[in-house]
Amino acid sequence: MKFSESWLREWVNPALDSTALSEQLSMAGLEVDGMDKVAGDFHGVVVGEVVECGKHPEADKLQVTKVNIGGAELLDIVCGARNCRLGLKVAVATVGAVLPGNFEIKQAKLRGQPSHGMLCSFSELGMADDSDGIIELPADAPIGQDLRQYLALDDLSIEVDLTPNRADCLGIKGLAREVAVLNKLSVCEPEITAVPATISDSKAIQLLAPAACPRYLGRVIRNVNLSALSPLWLTEKLRRCGVRSIDPVVDVTNYVLLELGHPMHAFDLAKLDGDIQVRFAHSGEKLTLLDGNEVTLQDNTLLIADQQKALAMAGIFGGLYSGVTAETTDIFLESAFFAPQLIAGKARQYGLHTDASHRYERGVDPELQRTAMERATALLLQIVGGEAGPVVEAVAPEHLPQKAPILLTEAKLDRILGHQIAKTEVSDILSRLGLKVTETVDGWQVLVPGYRFDISIAEDLIEEVARVYGYNNIPNVAPVAALKMRSFKEAALSVDTMRQLLVDRGYQEAITYSFVDPKVQQSLFPGVDALVLPNPISADMSAMRLNLWPGLLQAVQYNQSRQQNRLRLFEYGLKFIPDATAEGGVRQVPVIGGVIVGSLANEHWSIAERPVDFFDIKGDVEALLGLLSANEQVRFSAAEHSALHPGQTAQVWVNDQAAGYLGALHPEAERKLGIKGKAYLFELELAALGERHIVQAQELSKYPANRRDLAIVVKSDVHFADIVASIKKVGVNQLVDLKLFDVYTGQGVADGFKSLAIALTLQDKARTLEDKDIQQVVNQVVSVLKDDFDATLRD
Amino acid sequence: MNLSAILQEALAAVAAANDIPALEEVRVTFMGKKGSITELLKSLGAMDPEARKLAGQHINELKQQVQDALNEKRDALQQAQLLAKLAQEKIDVTLPGRSLEQGGLHPVSRTIARIESFFAELGFETKQGPEIEDDFHNFDALNIPEHHPARADHDTFYFNPKLMLRTQTSGVQIRTMEQQQPPLRIISPGRVYRNDYDMTHTPMFHQVEGLMVDKNVSFTELKGILHDFLHNFFEEDLKIRFRPSFFPFTEPSAEVDVMGKNGKWLEVLGCGMVHPNVLRSVGIDPEVYSGFAFGMGVERLTMLRYGVTDLRAFFENDVRFLKQFR
Repeated sequence: MKFSESWLREWVNPALDSTALSEQLSMAGLEVDGMDKVAGDFHGVVVGEVVECGKHPEADKLQVTKVNIGGAELLDIVCGARNCRLGLKVAVATVGAVLPGNFEIKQAKLRGQPSHGMLCSFSELGMADDSDGIIELPADAPIGQDLRQYLALDDLSIEVDLTPNRADCLGIKGLAREVAVLNKLSVCEPEITAVPATISDSKAIQLLAPAACPRYLGRVIRNVNLSALSPLWLTEKLRRCGVRSIDPVVDVTNYVLLELGHPMHAFDLAKLDGDIQVRFAHSGEKLTLLDGNEVTLQDNTLLIADQQKALAMAGIFGGLYSGVTAETTDIFLESAFFAPQLIAGKARQYGLHTDASHRYERGVDPELQRTAMERATALLLQIVGGEAGPVVEAVAPEHLPQKAPILLTEAKLDRILGHQIAKTEVSDILSRLGLKVTETVDGWQVLVPGYRFDISIAEDLIEEVARVYGYNNIPNVAPVAALKMRSFKEAALSVDTMRQLLVDRGYQEAITYSFVDPKVQQSLFPGVDALVLPNPISADMSAMRLNLWPGLLQAVQYNQSRQQNRLRLFEYGLKFIPDATAEGGVRQVPVIGGVIVGSLANEHWSIAERPVDFFDIKGDVEALLGLLSANEQVRFSAAEHSALHPGQTAQVWVNDQAAGYLGALHPEAERKLGIKGKAYLFELELAALGERHIVQAQELSKYPANRRDLAIVVKSDVHFADIVASIKKVGVNQLVDLKLFDVYTGQGVADGFKSLAIALTLQDKARTLEDKDIQQVVNQVVSVLKDDFDATLRD
Repeated sequence: MNLSAILQEALAAVAAANDIPALEEVRVTFMGKKGSITELLKSLGAMDPEARKLAGQHINELKQQVQDALNEKRDALQQAQLLAKLAQEKIDVTLPGRSLEQGGLHPVSRTIARIESFFAELGFETKQGPEIEDDFHNFDALNIPEHHPARADHDTFYFNPKLMLRTQTSGVQIRTMEQQQPPLRIISPGRVYRNDYDMTHTPMFHQVEGLMVDKNVSFTELKGILHDFLHNFFEEDLKIRFRPSFFPFTEPSAEVDVMGKNGKWLEVLGCGMVHPNVLRSVGIDPEVYSGFAFGMGVERLTMLRYGVTDLRAFFENDVRFLKQFR
């Protein structure tokens, strides 16, 4: 809510400057978001009257005037505004005046005519973005008075960002109430008296949905003059509260909205047929709103209607047909209370948000309808004339908000705050807030006024007390709790450990959006359905990721297009797999994944440059899995994955459970995504990695270890992992280590075959192995490899 | 040949030897099996005992002198040889070492890790939860009923009216309290989502929320713990203020501002005493227990801590940006 500081000060005027006032509001929970001057910086502008006005002899569009500013002589001023006319009270920038933008007014000649000053428009004085013609001051503006003083322009527009609970402050009245509480002052309310009826015209009102609208006041005003202009004092107040002047009727209802925080609505009486009804819409009923849009109503929407038709969406938006226009002569004025819980969400349901709906869904004072009606009537009669009928009030008292007394004990207040505030001070704070306070033996019984929708339980009172007492007057105390030791599982593998390992291996952690470009995702997962956001920020951020690779590859693209070619990125987060059997229809799987591309090392004087390959990323994955210290449970198998090269893809298994994939990006995806160089990817599901193995230490053998090297030749498509499995299966518990130290193809090895050089290390725990023992194991291994893979020894 | 001539000759030969093999030759020449000094010693046998004793003494003195000279020369030559070798093996130690360049954690992770460690010291356990959340855990249980204006303020990414990307990590608190009775001390870091994208908003960002529920947990304690936290986080004795605010799930509620280097207050977190309706919704009796909760935007804290000026940089993953945080 934006308000004029000087308007607030008419109601309550604490001895605080603007900065201190704004600070005080913020610290009371009404956060001040901004303060703007209501006019530009200028001086030397005074009220004047055009006493002569004629055409410029040389220029069609200029007028030559004489202006009285109360001095000894009249001023000759040439003016180009069309609305400049004889008898008009104007804002005169005299010679020597400085206007916004440091624009100094000097004596001048315009097309040969002397001009000793300038008649100003609102925009020239920094009071409007653009204006049509010069300022027209009221006829009673005192000639010669400084304009800043006359219009009280040393004022600020203060924007408060009100939280949804403080609807009571959505008007000057409420803000004043709050400022009065904080400064221990009383509010100086303008006197609002009942406007007596001078005609008997009225409309009957039927409350057909009394729970939603328990109070509705209506009043007929006949013979209004819509061609009258809203007075400057009123439009200035509206402007300083951020509201544009529309026509006198709208301006008055807006004025009451800003002053009392109470929305009102005016209908064109001629368009109403019979009694007024407040009822829910029939499903499918149509209404054209003031903005010209036709809406099809749902039956949860409260309407103002007549005997024939819907007129307006209650508390939200008026209807076009029944709206006040320039031709209107008689109006029907509405001042109603609508229950917040029945208005809440309805405007949004139609994509609407209005000043009225903003207030009604947060809560408007249920006791304020008559005051608002009388205030608006008086202002209307003053501006547009006319005769008012009697106020007709329809009320369903049993549906008005009922406030039960709230009990607050000293014990509870002390317990929640952890700080004792004297009982008399608490009573004083609550009373100042306008609550009816009775002290009880152990605390307080409190009755809350209707406008405080946010106070209904003891905790709400505690907040009020603390807020007015000052949060920063409450001490800071270290919490007290039992020193209970938390449990830490040694077997738990922390994500932080995995992150650190990757960082140590040269990976940079990335955080990419969980929603990705569906096109990128489709190039990696063709035909796979992802969860899609119905209302995304943009189409390229609309699909929930099926794994980490779309985001990581987009990060690769981003960096490659910025000359960053050696990339090692990893990310940890959730992937989202649609699954009808899962909670919410989606599995949210924690994964850690990475991508590498470019050369293995940075350019270096002593390291040969080479691009990364499959076995680089496999080494990283092996290192991650090595954290489990249960390597015997880890296995890699040749596999296929739509995003990966079919000949360079491995699936990772831990304890025979699928744990993830690694491999080279599929050349097709590489091309579609425009990735430069071969990229290698991995992703592991954290839940599948199992737990760390808790070590049971083995005694070391005292006997020497023996190494025997074997070079075997097998077909190219034989998997090394299978060979290892076969060798281990031989059942030699003396085999303590097995290393592959060479893989060779080429001269000396037939086409379609490869030679593997394997080192076996044998050791016994109980004795020194003799040559024949060793030879026997080697022979067994050779024989198994012959049987299983048709392996031959290479000479 | 008299002894002094031999001595002169030997010393000259030792002095003339320029390397170990040459010196060895000198040794053989004089002290070897057929060396001149050895020959002299052999000749003693033919002398009468009186003369032998005197001659023997002289020859041994000679031998000792030559041996000393040889030793001295050998040491000198070895020393010179070592120095030459060391000089030859000299390298430019300022050349870069042969290591794989270290990576780094994302600054957001780094901030989360720091926050976790501060609170872990006080026994706060880290809890994670789903990012696609149901309306009960994201709103209802947090005292935000269906049409509450606070719901509209959230700019929620809905999949359907019952399912959404979480707008806050508070759902994790609810999930924890559903399963555990007080005393509770948890923090829940993670990604949250709001449908908003401009200079100061990204549609995904990170929050860390904290919750402590026990008997007699109070507002003074909330203030105390957050003061400590902010002083620790910024490692500075900065000015802090608590400003009344509104969150449906806390009562009283506050926003916390710190004084920036420019003398302006900056909002860094929101907090409050857990609303009794929230405790009730998870079966905790608010007449017995009370609690506080706080939530902070990780990106905001990271920006203030490390002087990052563009929020969007966090998710562009430009390695030149990320590499600064090592």
